[in-house]
Amino acid sequence: MALPADLVFILVVVLDFFLLASSRLGAAIRAVAIQGALLAALPLLLAGEGHDLGHTILLAVGALALKSLLIPWMMFRAIREASIRREMEPIVGFVASMVLGGIGVALAFAFASRLPLPGGDAHPFLVPTSLSTVWTGLLLVVTRKKAVNQVLGFLVLENGVFVFGLLLSGFMPVMVEAGVLLDLFAAVFVMGIVMFHINREFSSLDTARLSALKD
Amino acid sequence: MLVPILAPLALAAVAFAVPSNRRRPLALLAGAALHAAGVGALLATRPPARAGAWLVFDAMAAVTLLTSTSLFLAAAIYAQGYLARRQDRDNRVFVAGLLALLAAMTTVALSHHLGLAWVAMEAATLATAPLIYFNQNARSLEAAWKYLLIGSLGIALALLGTFFLALSGAGPGGPRSLLVEDLVAAGPALSLPWVRAAFVLLLVGYGTKMGLAPLHSWKPDAYGEAPGLLGALLAGGLTNSAFVCVARVFQVTRAAGEEAFAREALVGLGLLSMALAAVFVLGQRDFKRMLAYSSVEHMGILALGIGLGGGAAAGAFFHSMTNGLTKGVVFLAAGNIHRAYGSKVTDDVRGAARRLPVSGPLLLAGFLAVTGSPPFAPFFSEFAILNGAFAAGHHAIGALFLAFLAVIFVGMGATVLAVVQGDPRGAPTGPDPAERWLTAAPPLALMVLVLVLGLFLPRGLRELFGEAAALVGGSWGTP
Repeated sequence: MALPADLVFILVVVLDFFLLASSRLGAAIRAVAIQGALLAALPLLLAGEGHDLGHTILLAVGALALKSLLIPWMMFRAIREASIRREMEPIVGFVASMVLGGIGVALAFAFASRLPLPGGDAHPFLVPTSLSTVWTGLLLVVTRKKAVNQVLGFLVLENGVFVFGLLLSGFMPVMVEAGVLLDLFAAVFVMGIVMFHINREFSSLDTARLSALKD
Repeated sequence: MLVPILAPLALAAVAFAVPSNRRRPLALLAGAALHAAGVGALLATRPPARAGAWLVFDAMAAVTLLTSTSLFLAAAIYAQGYLARRQDRDNRVFVAGLLALLAAMTTVALSHHLGLAWVAMEAATLATAPLIYFNQNARSLEAAWKYLLIGSLGIALALLGTFFLALSGAGPGGPRSLLVEDLVAAGPALSLPWVRAAFVLLLVGYGTKMGLAPLHSWKPDAYGEAPGLLGALLAGGLTNSAFVCVARVFQVTRAAGEEAFAREALVGLGLLSMALAAVFVLGQRDFKRMLAYSSVEHMGILALGIGLGGGAAAGAFFHSMTNGLTKGVVFLAAGNIHRAYGSKVTDDVRGAARRLPVSGPLLLAGFLAVTGSPPFAPFFSEFAILNGAFAAGHHAIGALFLAFLAVIFVGMGATVLAVVQGDPRGAPTGPDPAERWLTAAPPLALMVLVLVLGLFLPRGLRELFGEAAALVGGSWGTP
């Protein structure tokens, strides 16, 4: 279909790999911000018949403001206040997590090609991109120790869910769309506050130190 | 319909505005009373569902709301005593958060729109995180962080599952809706592979909120570090609301024709949760963490009951009520003991029956009830599930169920007896060494309720459990 949409989907997956390989927090936050901006363009690129123009623009502007501006800005503030720059020792190494990410992307494409879309008229890259991004997010949350990295992983996961939601934007109630953005914001906001407290309690944002509670 | 949701929300705003730390907890009492009145009115009138309504007071909602409103009433009275002794802490966020949690879990229980249920579940998660952090030390911070991170992952996967389900109905002739009624009516017209994938994601997502193994890891931390009354509300209220979500998703999956697959998944996760709880309960020295593993076990029992179907499904709804009320007893009593000793490990705590003449014996009685000893109500609900298993010919599952119950009885018994028995002289003293009525009476009242429900189950309630089970293809009568 449309060439720009193809390009956007490919770039989103490339950014997934970049995030898996990146040890510098600043670069990772910037990558998430760029991914957010790319996602914000998608509702406009994919809008076809049956899409309400108002909803499309609302979704695009909302995604741009939250995913690529506000939240990255909050994250930058968080790492500046805690003065940390890179992930020293992830639980799973960078190369191993790249390999796992590659396997996930391959599986996502295989899964998507086997499942017929009931709607029938979606972009062929949409489902695999969404599932790869969800998988990348899960990997990041599970394999990284720094609180900032885990929050970034959660954002990537939410980005993947957002891409999938675009399939439904033609007929789903507004509430679900708004729910995605609002709750993403709320989750990160509260996480930010909690991280602030972690910062004060431990003078570091390393969740590996959060290990007093275990059996 | 809206009173039990809007009244707590409005009072949460009021609580946030009230400047006095001492008066603010009264908002909890008002919220509990209005919520109970609202649920009572709904139960008396049983308003029929209008077509396309998002909030429906069906039997599942009735069972869950009866449990959570009783628990919240007990917790609100308990909070008067508890927060009066905690004037060192600003309780603005705590009181408002508890009321917001009540509104959110009521919405989840009533919601027949899966998107709305998801939003309310997310709101409940966000409202709970600051409550876990009430004590504001490093340990409660760690618990809140884990709760938020694991909870938000579960919530995100549940949203993806909700999208999958919406997509499954997007084909020609599909319902293009997230209302449970529309999806059930569409049944086989839904796209099966997407329904199957959606069920897995939603089971994982809402299973995280229930605390089913292997996604339970937030539970011991959160329940261990949060104040006892929050543990009671989470273990008996919010987890039951998440269970309702799982049951509604199962309803849709069953109508779509993926019943066998969904049942296997539920039974598998249920048994896994019970097994894991049995392992971690043995030798557990921290009695609040022990209660959390007991909650993991009982969520497993609920999943198992729904998965087995027939009489076990009716037993599962019965059990969601009996377990919820009993969890109120044990968490509130354990909270009192924790405050009396300033410790929650069996190395320090002994002789609770002598130091706290109400809460100590209550923990023992609650332990007997929660492990399924007659004549308390959980015995009868667990028996109904076991009976359902054997009646349907699942002998191996029934035997495993009994074996896990036995192991957990032994494991919990050792810890509880160490706490209750012995001589309290020489044991450390906490901030609240003596029993007080405001904190002892609420768990006592719940305990009496658990006993009465065991001795005499009103016919109306029994029919309600059967009605709820009928929604997921079960009933009291047939196997």
